[in-house]
Amino acid sequence: MAEQILLRAEGVRKSFGALEVLKGIDLEVRQGQVVSLIGASGSGKTTFLRCVNMLEEHDAGDILLDGEPIGYRMDGSRRRRLSEAKVSAQRARIGMVFQSFNLFPHLTAEENVMLGLTKVLGKSKAEAREIAGHWLGKVGLEARRGHYPYQLSGGQQQRVAIARAVAMDPRLLLFDEVTSALDPELVAEVLGVMKALAESGMTMLVVSHEMLFVRDVSHHVVFMDEGKVAQSGAPSEVFDRPDSERLQKFLGRFHGIFSGGG
Amino acid sequence: MIDYHFDWTVITRNADKFVAALGLGLGLAVVSLAIGCVIGLAAAYARVSGNKWLSTPVWAYVEVIRCTPLLLLIFFVYFGLPEFGIYVLDKTQSFILTLSLYAGAYMSEVFRAGLASIPKQYVEAAKAIGLRPWQRQRWVVLPVMFRITLPSVGNNLISLFKDTSLAAAIAIPELTFTARQINANTFRVMEVWLAASGMYLATAYLMAMGLRLLERRYASIR
Ligand SMILES: Nc1ncnc2c1ncn2[C@@H]1O[C@H](COP(=O)(O)OP(=O)(O)OP(=O)(O)O)[C@@H](O)[C@H]1O
Ligand SMILES: [Mg+2]
Repeated sequence: MAEQILLRAEGVRKSFGALEVLKGIDLEVRQGQVVSLIGASGSGKTTFLRCVNMLEEHDAGDILLDGEPIGYRMDGSRRRRLSEAKVSAQRARIGMVFQSFNLFPHLTAEENVMLGLTKVLGKSKAEAREIAGHWLGKVGLEARRGHYPYQLSGGQQQRVAIARAVAMDPRLLLFDEVTSALDPELVAEVLGVMKALAESGMTMLVVSHEMLFVRDVSHHVVFMDEGKVAQSGAPSEVFDRPDSERLQKFLGRFHGIFSGGG
Repeated sequence: MIDYHFDWTVITRNADKFVAALGLGLGLAVVSLAIGCVIGLAAAYARVSGNKWLSTPVWAYVEVIRCTPLLLLIFFVYFGLPEFGIYVLDKTQSFILTLSLYAGAYMSEVFRAGLASIPKQYVEAAKAIGLRPWQRQRWVVLPVMFRITLPSVGNNLISLFKDTSLAAAIAIPELTFTARQINANTFRVMEVWLAASGMYLATAYLMAMGLRLLERRYASIR
């Protein structure tokens, strides 16, 4: 694989009080790749994603985006936390889609997408509206551009949230269990949008329990267990040749999907 | 009382005075609410700042105002401040200052609760698209809070409008003071007080209706 490394995590640690949630995470995401994080509840997947865009501050280790440390700079041998303005600028290069959509409730679908374009990227209203229209079209919601979040279904809200993130033209998109809060019949429309994004070459770091999807779109799968990377590799390796009992057990829970679904 | 003969011409003859007085009361309430909202917002941010040197004085201000009768505050500012060598305020300015400080204390509690009730996911979504701290407040937190607190802000305006009747105590010619003056000249006590009460009632009712329309317009939150 010749693609350059976009995101590199090395020895990332994070504790909440006495509870150590991340115990030294190493991970790489190459340009244009989809990397999926799987693992049991509480294994630290969400915490890791949140560290990547500084919604949480990691305690130790490095998270490098395009080689640049996220959240701090080196001053000689000392780490100095970046100013909020600098952190905000870094976050603008990383998109995030949340489990609970988190659309701004006072803005229409179109305005949700436009806000970052005008305020963060400094685009004109007209240009932002055009970009918003483009991406809302891509997620199949051009006709709903004037709707407020409460007027949209969960699946539609999540697609707007994806449009909002991708419209910022980020280097990397983070997805944290974005279909978990959806009614089963709405899951497919969101996964469809994500798959199309992946195929368009977007670099994505995805936490998901949708194992068929993970297997289908990922270049690389990372199994997290109790704050560590227990196994990682190509989907076929991880799913077909799990090298630990814990991964076997974890995958066993989805067994019905693999054998029954087809 | 039973033989009282109503003579409503006292109202029609003084209609212009009534209308001007009502307008003054409304103006006092609106201006005080506007200033009070600014004070209240600053106070609310001070309260949630986590900085003791900011939040403690603000807490004291809010408690003192809320525990003191408004009429006393009016007297204190109007008669008391000159004792400390502050003569610059005429009685209308003095009343607006008092009512603004009074409104500010109540609005700070409204806004504090509003800020606390905003789900943190919205702030995180704002962070995730790269908005800076003040941009997050300006474009996400404040607009959402405004919609959440709109009913309380509106109710405070109605209360403040009724409270402007206390300006009569320092001879500001709003509705209550004007009614009393017309009484003194005409002795048509029942007509005048009924008319004044009717005007307070109608105005407050219209404000409540307008508020309901506004709330419907900004119902996108739920
Ligand atoms: N802000 C916090 N304060 C304290 N503990 C936290 C906090 N956030 C997460 N935790 C704890 O950290 C551990 C890992 O949580 P995390 O949300 O990262 O797991 P996860 O792998 O995403 O799980 P799930 O599949 O259920 O979403 C859990 O034990 C959780 O209770
Ligand atoms: Mg999680």
